[in-house]
Amino acid sequence: MIRNIIISSGFHFILIIITALSLPFLVRKPIDLPPIISVELIQITDKTNIPFAPKAKKIIDEIKKKEKEKITSEQAPPKKVKKEKPDAVPLPDEKIEKVKKIEEKKQNPEKLDEKIKQISEFEKKELFDPNNIAALIDKSKEETAEISKKTNKITQSQDRNVGAFGLTLSEEDALKAQIFGCWSIPLGLPYNKNLLVRIKLQLKPDGTVIKSEILDHARMNSPGQGFYKVLAESALRAIKLCQPLRVPSKGYERWKDLQLNFDAREMLEG
Amino acid sequence: MIRYLNFLLAIFILIPIKAIALIEVDITRGNLNPLPIAVSPLSIDNESNKNLKNLLKKTNIGSEISKIVENNLKTSGLFNPLNKDAFLQKPDIAHLKPRFEDWALIKAQALITGKVTYQDQKLRVEFRLWDVLAAKEIMALAFTTVPANWRRVGHIITDKVYERLTGEKGYFDTRIIYVAEKGPKIKRIKKLAIMDQDGFNTKYLTLGNELVLTPRFNPTNQMVTYLSYFRNLPRVYLLDIETGIQEVVGDFPGMTFAPRFSPNGKKIIMSFAIDGNSDIYTMDLENRIVERITNHPSIDTSPSYSPDGKYICFNSDRSGFQQIYVMKSNGSNVKRLSFGKGLYGTPVWSPRGDLIAFTKLHKGKFYIGVMRTDGSGERLLTENYYQEAPSWSPNGRVLIFYRETKSDSEGKGFSARLWSIDLTGYNERLVKTESDASDPSWSSLLSN
Repeated sequence: MIRNIIISSGFHFILIIITALSLPFLVRKPIDLPPIISVELIQITDKTNIPFAPKAKKIIDEIKKKEKEKITSEQAPPKKVKKEKPDAVPLPDEKIEKVKKIEEKKQNPEKLDEKIKQISEFEKKELFDPNNIAALIDKSKEETAEISKKTNKITQSQDRNVGAFGLTLSEEDALKAQIFGCWSIPLGLPYNKNLLVRIKLQLKPDGTVIKSEILDHARMNSPGQGFYKVLAESALRAIKLCQPLRVPSKGYERWKDLQLNFDAREMLEG
Repeated sequence: MIRYLNFLLAIFILIPIKAIALIEVDITRGNLNPLPIAVSPLSIDNESNKNLKNLLKKTNIGSEISKIVENNLKTSGLFNPLNKDAFLQKPDIAHLKPRFEDWALIKAQALITGKVTYQDQKLRVEFRLWDVLAAKEIMALAFTTVPANWRRVGHIITDKVYERLTGEKGYFDTRIIYVAEKGPKIKRIKKLAIMDQDGFNTKYLTLGNELVLTPRFNPTNQMVTYLSYFRNLPRVYLLDIETGIQEVVGDFPGMTFAPRFSPNGKKIIMSFAIDGNSDIYTMDLENRIVERITNHPSIDTSPSYSPDGKYICFNSDRSGFQQIYVMKSNGSNVKRLSFGKGLYGTPVWSPRGDLIAFTKLHKGKFYIGVMRTDGSGERLLTENYYQEAPSWSPNGRVLIFYRETKSDSEGKGFSARLWSIDLTGYNERLVKTESDASDPSWSSLLSN
């Protein structure tokens, strides 16, 4: 009987621990860190190679030649051959294998390419031309702008670290930045009052709003809360003005229901 | 069997199932750009227009009222009225049912439409405020008044729109009393003048025979207290605007100055100086009982009540330099508020009760600034060669003050003008007056 009670209480204890760890509202809120500035990392290696192509071709050819020479010289150093001879004469099979290896390395274009690429990047420093670099930067800007215009969503590189729940920091920041620009804060609000408006949204996959609902709707018409109505309306205007919202391109199920908490206190106090 | 079940239960429990929570995003910042608003001219039928044209000598009164609204909204700095040339819909149709797409196209977020009629010798103005993005009407009101009041109708409409869109009361249907100045600097003629807050409808209350200074409204805007000279001695006066009757306040043996009404309008608080010592006194206007509030060998002056009447802020040189102090309305618990470098003067408590405006003199420059009522958070809003005497708008968002320009040895180049600035410090504007002006005082809202 006692044993059963112990087992039962043990399981109960485990159950409580697991519940506490898995339920989101019991998880401690993270430390309030200063806002993170989203930086989009763009792979520019491919682009930076392009303008150097004519010059680089010559260099690459030269490097290829050098590489070939290097490979052959490394693989068959004359000194080693000399040493090998007195110590042990290799069997004919081994000789054939060595020759094959050399041939393989000669004919392996992938490995060669890798080396060439590395060297070509290194050579860039020698070929430095500020005009070309400026042109590249401009080009990369244009291209990213085009991408963002076309999709109006978060790029795949940003989307890479999407978790199973919530939005990533870059996704959240993109959405915030968009709404910051649309929200005209009514400046006459009393800053010492509760200026939090929570709006629940139902979104389409493209970020347009199907339905918006003010969660504390009762406050809208309660006496002495006239400012709340003004604030809530300004938040709704911001959402309408920002449509379609800058939502991630993937994981619609995660964010199809979204809650925006508009808080004007920080701005009005500041 | 039980063990087996326990084992299964344990496995089931050990697989954590994370509850899916609604994603929340906190929006803590926004822009402070002026709100784009379209003020459509108020529509008017031909007959009404004809009658009103004869009466008011204005070709289109609907258009004139909308201009007043537009100008008020623009000067507030919180709205950006859009150019009328871009409007796609005619005023009469827009008033019935606006095509929101057309207004959204020109980036308007709010729209004002209206209609003016002349019925039974009365001017009837109705207006509607529309939320363009939500495609709905958010306010509709109508006013009936005598046609001569048409400018006030424009101001009242602005107040209502301002309140609905910003969350605080407006300040447009108000008046400003000031000292109108004319003539050379050495021989200035100073008259009491009153005008609408936008500079129209100026009226002079005194003839200019005596020097007048520091006029202040009472809460009902019917009475004014000011400083003038009586038998070559500066004395506090009381003037009834409607009747024009004026009287000297109290029978003090010395000079009285810096008067101001208490928030309920029943008392006047002022400074009384005798033998070089100035202290603060109040006088009850009903029973004429005089009460001494401060008793200190230093100069205590410029008293101003808090809106609840419980505290008084004033300036005093009891620390050796002129600084701002606060005390209870009975004179107890005196506390120093200003500790910055320079001299502080003319403190005025905001009608909202949260701030005190002041003039500061530091290194030969004059500043208009605000601080919290505990002395913290001092912010200087504007700097100039000479400026002083801030007065709050009734909603506590804008300050009006006067600024003088430097003159040469002959007094040339001198001017005194009224300026306004809002609490952000960016929206500084010259207030239009008929002549040079100083010592402004803002009335409370005429219509509540």
